[in-house]
Amino acid sequence: MQTVKMVVTGPFSSGKTEFIRSISEIDVVSTERGISKNTGEAQVKEATTVAMDFGRITVDDDLVLYLFGTPGQRRFDFMWEILAEGMLGFIVMVDSAKPETFREAKSILETFRAYAPTPYVVAANKQDHPEAWNPDDLRIALRLEPEVKLLPCIAKERDSVRNVLLELLYTILEEMEQ
Amino acid sequence: MPLQGNIRDFSTTQLLNLVNLSRRTGMLTIYEGLPTGEKDAMKNDKMAPGKERARVAFNKGKLTYAAMLERDNSLVTVLNKAGKLTDEQARVLRERASNITDKALAMRLIGAKYVTQQDILDVMRRHTEDIIYELMTWTEGPFRFDDNEQPSSDVIPVLIELENVIIEGGRRITEQRELDKFIDDLDASLEFADNPKERFKGIHLSVNEWKVVSYVNPKNTIRQIMKVLNMSEVEIKRILYSLNQAGLVEIVKPQAVRPGVKAPTPAASVAQRKPQARPQKPPEKKVVLSLIEKLKSM
Repeated sequence: MQTVKMVVTGPFSSGKTEFIRSISEIDVVSTERGISKNTGEAQVKEATTVAMDFGRITVDDDLVLYLFGTPGQRRFDFMWEILAEGMLGFIVMVDSAKPETFREAKSILETFRAYAPTPYVVAANKQDHPEAWNPDDLRIALRLEPEVKLLPCIAKERDSVRNVLLELLYTILEEMEQ
Repeated sequence: MPLQGNIRDFSTTQLLNLVNLSRRTGMLTIYEGLPTGEKDAMKNDKMAPGKERARVAFNKGKLTYAAMLERDNSLVTVLNKAGKLTDEQARVLRERASNITDKALAMRLIGAKYVTQQDILDVMRRHTEDIIYELMTWTEGPFRFDDNEQPSSDVIPVLIELENVIIEGGRRITEQRELDKFIDDLDASLEFADNPKERFKGIHLSVNEWKVVSYVNPKNTIRQIMKVLNMSEVEIKRILYSLNQAGLVEIVKPQAVRPGVKAPTPAASVAQRKPQARPQKPPEKKVVLSLIEKLKSM
């Protein structure tokens, strides 16, 4: 049986675990840990991913897609390179309502591009949030080239997640055909 | 929804770029930051918008208006500062024309041949640009951009291309860094160098330089002088730099020595280590097509 891997990365609390949870056919194998109450992160979310999240989509008896979510915090960045090994492509999640994370998102994107020259897309997550920046503004903020796909996303909605994965696959296909 | 954030994370220069590239129309407001006691997603202190500090308007990506709200932005003050009205003329106008709008006042001044229309446009343009250059040096403050909001029709609008302002602002930021190195504390005061009489002989100073010189006294802090003369930080630092270089004025550091706080050294991250790109085995096309079919059916 052949397995292929895609990586979902992005800053802390950008919605990576939720993204995988929305589409995975198995309960996401998550390595989330509670955040101690006296840290700043505790005000953002209750738990954080420390090693990786893991989801699966079975195509048929011969093919399985694995989704790996990276830990968002820099202190776990030693895991990124391990997760990036052999990936088909990657998705950079950005919390559209938290401009303080845009610089970090750009830095993570550059890091993953340096790991492997694989195709990628950027998901402008939390587009349902009242303070979300729209994708056009986000493209300028992240200084993305016009050919890079920046997709509106709501990670808790399965259709939205499916659309992002499809767009990544189309990008992979386009690059193969070039 | 308005665009919101903090210039600590998304700088004024980046905002100007965004407005320029997306040809936006609207109003940018920058606020004083009030700590909420919470941390944001990057573990920095979260700031809520407090008092408005500056407003900047744009029309289809062009700069049309800017004001520092803690300063006097009136036409009289702007013309006075630019040397188009004397202090006495400005005083009289402030008394007699306090109820009329800048636009109406401009018409009267042009009619009375005090100034030309071009004078007004030039002065307003320079005033607007100077505000933007100063905003580009700000490093903290919540902001919000409201699409399509415009200033009151009473203000005198200008129309300035942003590209050149961004380039010139960048150059001034470099200059500002040098000036900040020269004066790192606005609570420092000033004193004349030895033998001031001799040193001032044959020296030609501008009006603003004389104004600053008139306040040189170890009892006055730079901050106080700046406020009294309605000058920006950059303006007064630039003047003090040239006065100091000419050997006329010395900077007196404040007496109280603050304990030095050592900035934390950020730990080297993976991004800084610059990983090497590894060659990847390209997937087979049929694998990708199967994945697409599967996802479409989900």
